[in-house]
Amino acid sequence: MPKQKSTQKPVEELTYEEAMAELESIVEALESDQNPLEEAMKLFERGQALVKKCGAALESAQLKIQKLAGDSLIPFEEESE
Amino acid sequence: MQPNLFSSTLTVSQLTFHIRKLLENDAQLQDVWVSGEISNLSKPNSGHIYFTLKDKNASLRCVMWRTDAARLRINLQDGMAIEAHGKIAVYEPQGQYQLVANQIQAKGEGALYQEFLRLKSMLEAEGLFNPESKREIPQLPKNIGIVTSQTGAALRDMLNTIRRRLPIAKIILAPSLVQGVDAPPAIIKAIESLNQQSLDVIIIARGGGSIEDLWAFNDERVVRAVANSKTPTISGVGHETDFTLTDFAADLRAATPTAAAELATQTTLDDLQLRITDYESRLITLIFNLVADQKNFLLTLTSRLKYNSPERKIESEYQTLDELARRAFSALTHRIELHKSNVDGISKRLQSLNPEGVLSRGYAIITRKSDGLVVSKISQAKGDLKVRVSDGEFEVKRNS
Repeated sequence: MPKQKSTQKPVEELTYEEAMAELESIVEALESDQNPLEEAMKLFERGQALVKKCGAALESAQLKIQKLAGDSLIPFEEESE
Repeated sequence: MQPNLFSSTLTVSQLTFHIRKLLENDAQLQDVWVSGEISNLSKPNSGHIYFTLKDKNASLRCVMWRTDAARLRINLQDGMAIEAHGKIAVYEPQGQYQLVANQIQAKGEGALYQEFLRLKSMLEAEGLFNPESKREIPQLPKNIGIVTSQTGAALRDMLNTIRRRLPIAKIILAPSLVQGVDAPPAIIKAIESLNQQSLDVIIIARGGGSIEDLWAFNDERVVRAVANSKTPTISGVGHETDFTLTDFAADLRAATPTAAAELATQTTLDDLQLRITDYESRLITLIFNLVADQKNFLLTLTSRLKYNSPERKIESEYQTLDELARRAFSALTHRIELHKSNVDGISKRLQSLNPEGVLSRGYAIITRKSDGLVVSKISQAKGDLKVRVSDGEFEVKRNS
């Protein structure tokens, strides 16, 4: 079970992948362990926030395209059709 | 040579047959490639194909029988430069020799194809195409590299495909020439640059074209660069039917650039949304069950608490007390009864020992009047005696 670390990042600061991974581990922890109710409620609340965060990230996702120019990356402008 | 054959006049048939024998016994003429331009193409309903192959100075009658014609990969047309394979035969009724073709390809294809086969078997022997060295393509790539032409439909198709399927991905494009002599070094540099970018997968792609157009992807240096890529690779070169050596060297071969973009995004946005929905419903179910369990547990505790409450304890003590009192009372009663019956017994026995009782049955007690001694022997009977019977006493005197 993931202990509630004191260093736990606020949900807003997580990347999508981190949020998804933590969500997964919370669900698994809740499924496999007998957590004290209070702790379970905390996990649940964190899980809900992560669900929201991931959902929003997917909603607003916009393909980011960059182009290699020499050794540096520059934005890539797509041709209009 | 049979010199005697010509010693007399031959019929046309004999001569033609002889010529036919000569040509058809020549092993080289029975397995020959010939290149030229098609003219007088004829495709009757029989399914056989007739045409003439020409170059500047000569022409050759050709026929392709129906079964071979059905396997043709290209659509023959007058003026088309081709290479035909077959054997030389003689059509006796017309006195014509002709090529009976069993295989036709566009001109130039043959040499390139031979080179393709040579390179393929060489690199294969080196182990560049080993299936066991193919790596898994990540299911959910964060960063996708693309090597292709900056202009052209292939890039647009791939970007649209990835945008539709997995818009949370990031794309890094390494633009490259994809045909001509400068293409191979450009493709190699693009692959190497992308390998510096810590990507999850690299797509190497080009739209359809002729075998010459796709040739850069059969370049030995390109094939080696693809095989050596640290990042897993997907190839999507040309159309479904085109196979390049790059396809064999890549970790995964896609039929087209669009298919390559699909294979690079095996997990889509829809999958991710479903996954989140699934997690969410699992979370809710879990917490619901947990709360329900806790409620039940609380109920159990409450009833146990009630069961063990002091009130209940006092009631129980009372009951014990009552029980003790009942038992004490009953024990006491019992003992009283016992005593009573003892007393009765003793009183009966006492009764039977009372001498008065004996007197009523006719016995008498004799005492000496002088000193009150009870006379139980003759020697004791002296002087005046008192006789006591049941209802009183009287005096007697011993007279002897």
